[in-house]
Amino acid sequence: MKSAVIVFPGSNCDRDLAVALRETTGTAPVMVWHGETILPEGIDIIGVPGGFSYGDYLRSGAMAARSPVMRAVSDAAARGVAVLGVCNGFQVLTETGLLPGALMRNAGLNFVCRDVDLTVANSQTMFTARYDDAEAIRIPVAHHDGNYFADDATLDRLEGEGRIAFRYAGPVNGSARDIAGIVNDAGNVLGLMPHPERMIEAGAHGRADGRRLFEGLIEAIA
Amino acid sequence: MKTRVIVTLKSGVLDPQGKAVHHALTGLGFGGVNDVRIGKIVELDLADDTDPQQIDEMCRKLLANTVIENYRIEQA
Repeated sequence: MKSAVIVFPGSNCDRDLAVALRETTGTAPVMVWHGETILPEGIDIIGVPGGFSYGDYLRSGAMAARSPVMRAVSDAAARGVAVLGVCNGFQVLTETGLLPGALMRNAGLNFVCRDVDLTVANSQTMFTARYDDAEAIRIPVAHHDGNYFADDATLDRLEGEGRIAFRYAGPVNGSARDIAGIVNDAGNVLGLMPHPERMIEAGAHGRADGRRLFEGLIEAIA
Repeated sequence: MKTRVIVTLKSGVLDPQGKAVHHALTGLGFGGVNDVRIGKIVELDLADDTDPQQIDEMCRKLLANTVIENYRIEQA
């Protein structure tokens, strides 16, 4: 199982994501700098990490979405490679157009940094296979722009097609229909605001609810 | 050639910053403020022969996120 983590100037969760992928796949991921135009051969999972790529200039994720490496990520996604975008990574994926909608400033205007309760909205995706439908899990969030927005037609389509992977169990950021994470129409791209990579070891993190996301994904690909 | 791009949130898109500023203006005693929306201005210094279609493309490809924002191009 070969994975890669994209690193932008201003990424700050790239190492956490790399540790989570190393611990679950058994192999350290390749770290790929944003200026690269090609990805290493045979990558099975691409992680787009959290942080503040390019200082969140213009809009969160806007500059990163136009960086050379994202063309390679888009090509890989089109070939069916699994892409996991966490937090700023989710923002980058919407700005790239790999996922619909946009992440706007939190409705309460505050940066929200705490563990939140989530509901697994669809356990049939390749990212949620190790969870039960409607299972309650707890994963940390840390973001200022996590308020998911899309027009009603898009939201209806996401719901109808089972593309909402995770919902917030209570109010967090004003997200439309409590959306915390969505997949693309092919099902191989997931963007989510919560940080599963920050909850992979019960000993160090209190719980390990995020670990099953990685394990389920690895199982689905293998 | 100085060109301004004015980026605004689409109507119907919640603007929490605008709401907070609206609240603050009311708190300062300014009556009659019906609504506040916050956008941004991008000032471009362009070659004189820049094709207007190219400016439009700049807006669509980067300067505005057309999922949530409208844009307007003004020549100075």
